[in-house]
Amino acid sequence: MSEGTNGARGADLLVVGAGLVGLGCALEAAAGGADVLVVDAGGVERASEVAAGMIAPVGEASWGEEGLLAAALDSARRWPEWARRLEERGGEPVGYRRCGALHVALDRDEAAELRRYHELHSELGLESSWLAAGACRRLEPGLSTDVAGGFEAPGEAEVDPRVALAALRSACAAAGVRVRAARVERVLTGGGAARGVALDDGVEIAAAAVLLAPGARLSALCPPGSEVPVRPVKGEIVRLRARPGEEPCERIVGSERVYIVPRAGGEVVLGATVEDRGFDLRVTAGGVHELLREAYRAVPEVAELELVGCAAGLRPTTPDNAPAIGWTEVDGLMVAGGHHRNGVLLAPFTAETVAALLRRDEVPAAAASLSPRRFAASGARS
Amino acid sequence: MIVELNGREVELEAGATVADAARAAGIDPERRGIAIAVEGEVVPRRQLAAVRLEPGQRVEVVEAIGGGAPDRSDGRPASGLGPERFELGGREWGSRLIVGTGGFRSHGDLERALVASGAEIVTVALRRVDPASEGTLLDVIERRDLFVLPNTAGCYTARDAVRTAHLGREAFGTDWVKLEVIGDDRTLLPDATELLAAGEELVEAGFTVLPYASDDPVLARRLEAIGCAAVMPLGSPIGSGAGIRNPYNIRIIVEAAGVPVILDAGIGTASDAALAMELGCDGVLLASAVSRAAEPERMAAAMRDAVAAGWAARHAGRIPTRLHARASSPEEGLAELT
Ligand SMILES: Cc1cc2nc3c(=O)[nH]c(=O)nc-3n(C[C@H](O)[C@H](O)[C@H](O)COP(=O)(O)OP(=O)(O)OC[C@H]3O[C@@H](n4cnc5c(N)ncnc54)[C@H](O)[C@@H]3O)c2cc1C
Repeated sequence: MSEGTNGARGADLLVVGAGLVGLGCALEAAAGGADVLVVDAGGVERASEVAAGMIAPVGEASWGEEGLLAAALDSARRWPEWARRLEERGGEPVGYRRCGALHVALDRDEAAELRRYHELHSELGLESSWLAAGACRRLEPGLSTDVAGGFEAPGEAEVDPRVALAALRSACAAAGVRVRAARVERVLTGGGAARGVALDDGVEIAAAAVLLAPGARLSALCPPGSEVPVRPVKGEIVRLRARPGEEPCERIVGSERVYIVPRAGGEVVLGATVEDRGFDLRVTAGGVHELLREAYRAVPEVAELELVGCAAGLRPTTPDNAPAIGWTEVDGLMVAGGHHRNGVLLAPFTAETVAALLRRDEVPAAAASLSPRRFAASGARS
Repeated sequence: MIVELNGREVELEAGATVADAARAAGIDPERRGIAIAVEGEVVPRRQLAAVRLEPGQRVEVVEAIGGGAPDRSDGRPASGLGPERFELGGREWGSRLIVGTGGFRSHGDLERALVASGAEIVTVALRRVDPASEGTLLDVIERRDLFVLPNTAGCYTARDAVRTAHLGREAFGTDWVKLEVIGDDRTLLPDATELLAAGEELVEAGFTVLPYASDDPVLARRLEAIGCAAVMPLGSPIGSGAGIRNPYNIRIIVEAAGVPVILDAGIGTASDAALAMELGCDGVLLASAVSRAAEPERMAAAMRDAVAAGWAARHAGRIPTRLHARASSPEEGLAELT
């Protein structure tokens, strides 16, 4: 079968994957005038539905990841405006909140470790101030009396990624983006260029350009010559609900082994485990136990909240933890993937980079070090 | 088509893949613990069935274990070993440093650090890694041709540890196990009685048991007596970086041991690793000191050098310490000034 036999119209841009990354790129491309088709397999494997939704470049900063940090800072700056535009286009709230974050140490050992991060922030010029125990507890009175100090990052923000996804879907629909529920089997190539995709039911869809944004499944879809090593890194979360007046904290509270994200509607998310277990989405007793125990250690009041549910997701992760965004060695084939712990944070930056590449415009400066081609030199790595 | 397979010419069908070549050598290309190189370049596992061979190419199929020190891709030989050979579990090894794979921020960091460490044996937490799935850190280990020592981290009872070791044996096809039975999750100190019980059962079942133990000379003797292949006393609690808190106990353990002694846990910086070797340990096992360092690759290289330096110093015959100075330049023949 080929294009048209069952009504499958081609597209200027065919996007594989309707997570925050794929839809964000689809929207910006459509806003630039392209005819865009998104193909998504649906099902449970969508990290964007599980993410805690922190927009937290400071909390995520680490050693040896300067390229990623530049992109994170760029994207965090874009978020408020991006959220406003999504709301305008689709008419649904995104729920972006600049709530700030407080990372605390619960004993002397943790304080020494946390100080190391705070010193790194100072070196990198990030907005982070060290607070003594009393000051931490004045900011967040629900904190355990064990708190030994912490740093505040007032610029950090959050969205409920499921709300943001719904808003993004509406905005895409309003911009004329078509969405098709189907699994893509492979990218069709001819003469060294991408020509479209083949679905698992044999249908072929032609497209002038293809963007791969299938989250943790990226590696398997890359045709020869465009390989990007992405592996799944499992994360489990727990969802709680606070009644009005019962909110355990105002801002994101992080400790060495857990973070607590309070949302406007009373939802409270505890996250997240980091597990190297391949494509496994089981929620385990041990994972949930650890999240609850550590959250209870940091903010004892969480014990009073209603337990709503648990979930696991797969972070799409490259060997250097930074995403791969841009054209590959295969003509007409772009990837936007490998966002690891930062897909929500990096969504606007990624969408802007992809749209700029399609327009043949200048990309954000931070995109320079994130080309998927950086993996070509070292061979396929996972 | 003729290719050179492990030094011998073999006939393969035109278009044969690397996986076909392995099968021709009687080796299952899917098996963990082997690595296949074409013209000296290791082919990633998931491409074995995709990469086609050209006539005349040189293919090497190697077992990740045994057969002396593998050639490191950076060309640096494992240094500082001296004439003394390092035997552990009935095999000879080219490096006295064993590295844990937990806690690295990225697989890139992990891979570069493993290479820089020169380690041949790496530990993997059975509880945290599913050996059956692609895309885990086992891919990195395989690509670097390292020997996997499964550990029972996260087990709190003898039964749990024994079960986990058996799972590891099936999954990794190895009888080796780093036996950990933890007493509580605040100190992560070993539970000596559970450890002995589990050790006994696993030795009985034919395992090569490397037990993570407290720095207790009596316990070390008991572990050796039940047939453990080494004893692995801690320097200080796991991940504490507090170094070797009781060097006297480590010396007593070393003095009495008839099996290799490997200092396991507590290493914070290079001098800790060197001290372990100077105290007479046969090797050092560490993880956090490297994985959580700001520059893991650099710290791994430092550890590699520290282990080699400590070992060399131990065997080079150090001078006794004395209270007063002793001039290092000769006193005879000096001009007499009046
Ligand atoms: C527990 C957890 C907590 C997290 N917390 C945060 C956080 O606080 N902040 C942050 O910024 N990030 C966070 N992340 C990371 C973030 O969730 C991801 O980086 C991001 O969601 C990736 O988005 P994506 O669109 O690339 O992939 P996904 O959301 O996974 O979407 C990929 C889509 O592609 C589809 N697909 C896959 N294969 C095919 C195919 N062959 N054909 C058709 N469709 C296909 C899937 O069905 C899916 O819908 C977290 C992740 C986890 C797991």
